[in-house]
Amino acid sequence: METLASLFSLALLASAVRLTVPVLLAALGAVFSERGGVINIGLEGIMIMGTFFGAVGTYYGGPVVGLLAAVAAGVVFSAVHGLLAITLRVDQIISGVVLNMLAVGLARFLNIMLFGVATQSPGIRGFTPLSIPVLRDIPALKPIAAGISPLIPLALALVVAGHWVLVRTTFGLRLRAVGENPLAADTVGVNVFLMRYLGVLISGALAGMAGAYLSIEQGRGYLEGMTQGRGFIALAAMIFGNWWPVGALGASALFGYFDALSLRVVALNVPYQFLNVLPHIVTILVLAGFVRRARPPAADGIPYAKEEQG
Amino acid sequence: MNEFLLELRGITKRFPGVVANDDIHLRVRRGEIHAVVGENGAGKSTLMKILYGLYQPDEGQILLHGAPTAIPHPRAALGLGIGMVHQHFMLIPRFTVAENVVLGSERAAWGILHPRRAEAEVAALCRRYGLALDPAAEVGGLSVGEQQRVEILKVLYRGAGLLILDEPTAVLAPQEVAELFANLRRLKEQGKTIIFISHKLQEVLEIADQITVLRRGRVVGSVPAAGTTRAGLAEMMVGRPVLLELQRPDTTPGEVRLAAEGLSVAGSRGRPAVRGVSFSVRAGEIYGLAGVEGNGQSELSEALVGLRPITAGRLLIAGRDATGLSPREVRLLGVAHIPEDRHRRGLVLPMEVYENMILGHHFRPVFNRGPLLAAAEARAFAAERVKKYDVRVPSVRTPALALSGGNQQKAVVAREFSFEPRVLVAAQPTRGLDIGATEFVGQELLRAKERGMAVVLVSSDLDEVLALADRVGVMYNGELVAEFRAGEVTLAELGLYMTGARRQAEPGGEPAP
Repeated sequence: METLASLFSLALLASAVRLTVPVLLAALGAVFSERGGVINIGLEGIMIMGTFFGAVGTYYGGPVVGLLAAVAAGVVFSAVHGLLAITLRVDQIISGVVLNMLAVGLARFLNIMLFGVATQSPGIRGFTPLSIPVLRDIPALKPIAAGISPLIPLALALVVAGHWVLVRTTFGLRLRAVGENPLAADTVGVNVFLMRYLGVLISGALAGMAGAYLSIEQGRGYLEGMTQGRGFIALAAMIFGNWWPVGALGASALFGYFDALSLRVVALNVPYQFLNVLPHIVTILVLAGFVRRARPPAADGIPYAKEEQG
Repeated sequence: MNEFLLELRGITKRFPGVVANDDIHLRVRRGEIHAVVGENGAGKSTLMKILYGLYQPDEGQILLHGAPTAIPHPRAALGLGIGMVHQHFMLIPRFTVAENVVLGSERAAWGILHPRRAEAEVAALCRRYGLALDPAAEVGGLSVGEQQRVEILKVLYRGAGLLILDEPTAVLAPQEVAELFANLRRLKEQGKTIIFISHKLQEVLEIADQITVLRRGRVVGSVPAAGTTRAGLAEMMVGRPVLLELQRPDTTPGEVRLAAEGLSVAGSRGRPAVRGVSFSVRAGEIYGLAGVEGNGQSELSEALVGLRPITAGRLLIAGRDATGLSPREVRLLGVAHIPEDRHRRGLVLPMEVYENMILGHHFRPVFNRGPLLAAAEARAFAAERVKKYDVRVPSVRTPALALSGGNQQKAVVAREFSFEPRVLVAAQPTRGLDIGATEFVGQELLRAKERGMAVVLVSSDLDEVLALADRVGVMYNGELVAEFRAGEVTLAELGLYMTGARRQAEPGGEPAP
């Protein structure tokens, strides 16, 4: 019974929240990219760049610089995807795979250049932990309200802001229009390429931030492979969240919970290899059950070319 | 003030190998409905694209309100008050009516949208022009006629004074056409000028004040609608007298060749698209299936040829149970198929004409020599077919994509009529074809009937159904709601059944004559 109770303990919940954030940020990025009609399977690679530059920035200038460096790296790296997928109309899946492969090699190369070793950076100090007034004084909520990373409330705020932007701004309307029917948007004067680039760059910024969270707040340094496929899980979370920020939050939380569970139940007599694959199995099960009901943007993944002659 | 809102002087537009518009002169009076008619490839679309700023003319002048004007891109056209209502709707199904209307021209401070205010604006616009629409409704759930109204609203919202409608009736049911015409007349009363592009002569004569006819890129003439006849217009368009009424041969129907007994067919989204449909077609008979598109006719025709699984009921072909057979097995029973979408289903566009000509027959012994294709035989066969059906191709080695739409369809017809089929399922066989090619396909269907074939004709063109079919079944919402003998029903009556306003007690129960 004790182990059962531990499945829902506050400590577990706090751990789940911490593990939710990186998936959430990347999934939020994916929402913006795909709402604009560009599949961004390169999120994993962008996250890797985020982990590396987050650590480097923090090492040289503190966590704020690290966060900004990671976001900037994410934007630059996703711009490559934009160039390939939007301007040159390369298959978006292939372009994304290119990013993922490029990121692994690039991070390793730069790490050797900067720190002389291949797979990890020196240790760094993260953000000063935050305690939310009032909530931290409630004993039951203490584990999730006291001493948390400031990026956690930031990520939650971004979910709300992201939803608002998509629903209530001209930018959001035009971005979604471009993802649904770019030709229709073009005929009423919406700049399809600009919108798609903005969507992809926003996804880069958010995936970079997701990486920064991993290296600055969780790993206290860059370690090769520390993203552990979370960029892909983020894509699943985006689909499960039906391409909406709030949905992505719910889906990320589910994955975060199972991730946390896999760390917690080591005490049980279950091989840890099984526990490690638990979040991925949940991903597969959830998607297998859900995908049939999903409503992706109608023009998701389809490159847009202006008509030359009709 | 100038009497003419728009004047084109000597517009010429060349594309590699063709002169799409050759010295076009056109004058459109303020507040008139001006029809531009012509066959496919006559240059109508090119001319409209020039007006809408998508193309630049190589020569000539556009005068708007009497002043020479350049229209460098579509946004400039909108700025000049020229709005285009596209044939293929440029709408976003998942957005509301109001969102579709304001998109790209949102009246929003600081980029913040006010959905309620936009809906109020659109509602006011609807009231002003008498267009019945709910601004908060999702466009994907609207009928085709309503979606077209959204397209019209889009250009009105942007302040257009000149509306160009590109083949606006192609997708509408007769009642919807009547509504569209009422709406257009109201717009005209409000001082809007309308250019109406079409190749349907009856409609043009009904709605237009002035009619300009194009043929092969040139203006053949411009006449007032009053005092002009259909036959006269058709001759101007084609350049020779046209048989508008096909001679329907009298045949005595033979035995039942195809019988559907309570057929149900699944749709693409899992919902049943066809529910319990029964009808039968005899040898030497054309059975027309009419209906507004999306009411199950497409799915039914695919099920008849084995392309779509039958979920309930029975299909009998020449007395044999054909339920659940594969397309090849169905073909071997003697069923030919002119598919709805000749690009996706009728032809493999990058493949050569002779290869397309044997598709579906390619497994027959004549085209095979052991494991190898008998290419010489196939080419000889294709050459014979091409000649017999007058398909205009440079050679049977030409890829199918190089053919015009009319010739592509002729090629499909030529293939499907080979090896003496006993049943023909023709889905929208004249869609997108010009008058000449339409005449050809109609003649061939009648000839097939004369030879004793049983023909199922699925068409959303009611004139065509009434002209060719011996009996007509009407589909609505996946069901056969009515069945008539030719000559027993009018266009308007058919329309009532097509839109679900009426239904017969037991359609399809009547045995074939």
